[in-house]
Amino acid sequence: MIEKRRIAVTVNGTLCEREVEPRLSLADFLRHDLGLTGTHLGCEHGVCGACTILFNGLSARSCLMLAVQANGHEITTVEGLSPADGSLSPLQEAFREKHALQCGFCTPGILCTATELLRDIPHPDEAQIRQCLSGNLCRCTGYQPIIEAVLLAAETLARGDAK
Amino acid sequence: MKSAPFAYYDPASVAEASALLAQHENARLLAGGQSLMPMMNFRYATPDHLIDLNRISSLAGISIADGALRFGAMTRQRAIEFSAEVERLCPVMQEALVHVGHRQTRNRGTIGGSLCHLDPAAELVNLTALYDGTLEAESARGKRVIAFDAFAAGFMMTSLEPDEVLTAVTIEPWAPRHGYAFLELARRHGDFAIVAAGALIELDAGGKIARAALALSGLGPVPVRPEKAVALLKGATPSREAFLAAAEEAGKLEAMSDAYYSAAYRQHLAGVLTRRALAEAAHRAAERGAL
Repeated sequence: MIEKRRIAVTVNGTLCEREVEPRLSLADFLRHDLGLTGTHLGCEHGVCGACTILFNGLSARSCLMLAVQANGHEITTVEGLSPADGSLSPLQEAFREKHALQCGFCTPGILCTATELLRDIPHPDEAQIRQCLSGNLCRCTGYQPIIEAVLLAAETLARGDAK
Repeated sequence: MKSAPFAYYDPASVAEASALLAQHENARLLAGGQSLMPMMNFRYATPDHLIDLNRISSLAGISIADGALRFGAMTRQRAIEFSAEVERLCPVMQEALVHVGHRQTRNRGTIGGSLCHLDPAAELVNLTALYDGTLEAESARGKRVIAFDAFAAGFMMTSLEPDEVLTAVTIEPWAPRHGYAFLELARRHGDFAIVAAGALIELDAGGKIARAALALSGLGPVPVRPEKAVALLKGATPSREAFLAAAEEAGKLEAMSDAYYSAAYRQHLAGVLTRRALAEAAHRAAERGAL
């Protein structure tokens, strides 16, 4: 019998302490132990990008990380992207505006990846957006509205900064 | 799609990690996890003991010593992609890294992990061959330095001993005005390359090729440096004819076949990518030399 380990992880600003089996993936920890089912699991082998979260601010595939590896670190999931009052972030608003999702399965991963992109490159061009989102598969939209939404969010954020 | 159970260790030093490797049967080191974790989720890999290197901070970082660039084995691909030193000394690495997986996997993936996994198509393996890099390994028996050709023992197999930990990769940058190129063909951006070509060229004062290097991956189990092709380039004037001659040699290299791509197709790609990579490297060498 393999011993469980006690971990303390800051998820969306809240410190969460749990006992977990070493083989538990970070994705399953978020979904099953913490009930944060916004993080979706598509392929469970690092191809589809649906489970993308921010690990210490950097996008990562949570199906390829162990919950025990998150001990002492900070995780942001899609639930942590919007302001506390329940309104939408500029990126989320832009996704709604541009109809950048249909079934919504890939959306949490894409929002996390695009959040990192807009932080690192506030004014990305289309090629940069496409390259950054190459690790997120979407089978509905054909990507075009997603690109438009990220461009729109960049504009909105720039206007917000200028105020 | 869940990993089989394993005992987990997160040592704080290389000595501790190596001792754990020596102590346990069927133990694996975990670096960035972007190859090993999928294999474990599929249960292609079922280690009983998983030794996580992510807490050993001394293993990460880029440094320059005696003009050589040294990458700690746990240096993330992201850190290399955005390093100003790498951009200045070895820009071909950044050109190649864009092809390594995706943003999310480069944030976690490491140079040492890629080299130990030794996928035949891996870009970082190609680059280490291109520069004829050296690798450092450590165990309780001591430290040793391994040349790339001795390290890359075969298909996804290194010459590391069971208790050895790869600690660093070192490459010697070329002259500041060298030209470079990294090209590959993959079905989608971020997929494994079918064939990839890295090229470096230095020109002399008269504009002739003073030094050249070429590495091709995707042909055999490990990247090859086509010596005949490179020999043809030495002293030649950069020209379409010179590059075509080198490309013809590259196209004669032995290649493997699989269900998707025949050996003949891989050889064809080796020729085309060699010609294009050499032309781009020579163009950049001329451009950078003129600055």
